[in-house]
Amino acid sequence: MELILEQFPVVIQSLNIGFIQTLKLFFVTLLGAVPLGLIISFGSMSRFRPLSYLTKIIVWIVRGTPLMIQLLIIYYFPGLVLDNPIWGGGESGRFLAASVAFIFNYACYFSEIYRGGIQGVPKGQEEAGLVLGMTRSQIFFRITLLQMIKRIVPPMSNEIITLVKDTSLARIIALQEIIWAGQAFLKGSQGISGAIWPLFFTAVYYLIFNGILTVLLGQLEKKLDYFR
Amino acid sequence: MAILEVEHLNKNFERTEVLKDISFSLEKGQVLSIIGSSGSGKTTLLRCLNFLERPGGGKIRVNGETLFDAEDPSTMQESEIRKKRLHFGLVFQSFNLFPQYTALGNVMLAKELLAKAQPDYKARRKEIHSEIEKEAKSLLTQMGLEDRMENYPHQLSGGQCQRVAIARALALKPDILCFDEPTSALDPELTGEVLKVIKGLADQETTMIIVTHEMAFARDVSSQVIFMDDGRILEQGTPEQVFENPTEERTKQFLSRYTQG
Repeated sequence: MELILEQFPVVIQSLNIGFIQTLKLFFVTLLGAVPLGLIISFGSMSRFRPLSYLTKIIVWIVRGTPLMIQLLIIYYFPGLVLDNPIWGGGESGRFLAASVAFIFNYACYFSEIYRGGIQGVPKGQEEAGLVLGMTRSQIFFRITLLQMIKRIVPPMSNEIITLVKDTSLARIIALQEIIWAGQAFLKGSQGISGAIWPLFFTAVYYLIFNGILTVLLGQLEKKLDYFR
Repeated sequence: MAILEVEHLNKNFERTEVLKDISFSLEKGQVLSIIGSSGSGKTTLLRCLNFLERPGGGKIRVNGETLFDAEDPSTMQESEIRKKRLHFGLVFQSFNLFPQYTALGNVMLAKELLAKAQPDYKARRKEIHSEIEKEAKSLLTQMGLEDRMENYPHQLSGGQCQRVAIARALALKPDILCFDEPTSALDPELTGEVLKVIKGLADQETTMIIVTHEMAFARDVSSQVIFMDDGRILEQGTPEQVFENPTEERTKQFLSRYTQG
């Protein structure tokens, strides 16, 4: 116990730095995947068959293979197979590759949630809009979108909380996120080695951050309670 | 001249013929009721008039202008159809109010979106907005909803929702207002308040087409009645003719269920 107290300041500082990287990956993924998912969902709902088939195949591949493998392929494929290491070296290169993999992976999951949300809005809503002389885009933005958002908040909350924890997969390409930082004290770092508690302690970070997210998403759900 | 002329309208879903050679016309200020059993094609006919379904054959003319001609593909352009829809208003059986807008918001939305396309919208924005709001409020008051304007649809009864839906359709001043079984989703008590509103519109000589199962109401409010059966117009005439002296055996059979009821 005394030893832990002694190690505490050093470990916390290191974990904080790792957690900032975790948060960065989380927010970048969210920012990219939320709109990209909408585009993908439009693709899969397209009446132009080749486009909808192509999108569905891509979604199938992305959802059907482990995110960890996708990370490895996206990071190593250009350099090792194509002799063109587009990501560059170092932490910034790894972060870029991880962002691309995460955005694409999560956009595919989001797209399916969006599709369910859009198709769950009764057909009568669109017809009422059409009869009132609205354009398709007016109907989407003024009528369908908010009803869809209301429907997708609960399943999206689930995905978003999963994303917080999934960011830890990025250590497979040596992105220095919080678990990577915790693990370092097991192998030896800054004069501390063989310490397992920093790795365990990372769970507290995830738990607190997910607690905050749960409250915020719950508030959003409540805010949309004004209509049914 | 007739405000609406429908000639030889046909419609198939896959191989089923839902509308067979439908022809009728309607004078301005008249009320046409369409009666008939479920599946006889009444709703499909209204949906064709509102361009929610595309007929397979025939013509639709409003005020002498050909809105739809199955022989002329130029009448089917998507961009034109949007404007053509504005000749008609449609009140749905299930109201289809927009749940995220208040009663007032529901009535104003489409009008505001149309106003945005006007060239002088930016300069007169506030003025246009308050005009639209004033009109919407007066329509809702006319519907007896003056103290319900700020309520959301889920806070309203079915009858109130349907009256909002009627105000919403009227806001765009359609030439012809269509009702698709406007009271079928309501209990008898609420049915009365909606029928009263429609009667009020008839008294103001609003041109209307009403698909309904309320026979007494149809007889009272209509200038013309059509009885449809199996996608065809079987009987057509004044309420007296259709309800008291139907010529077809099928019409008698259909009506007897209501009189004996």
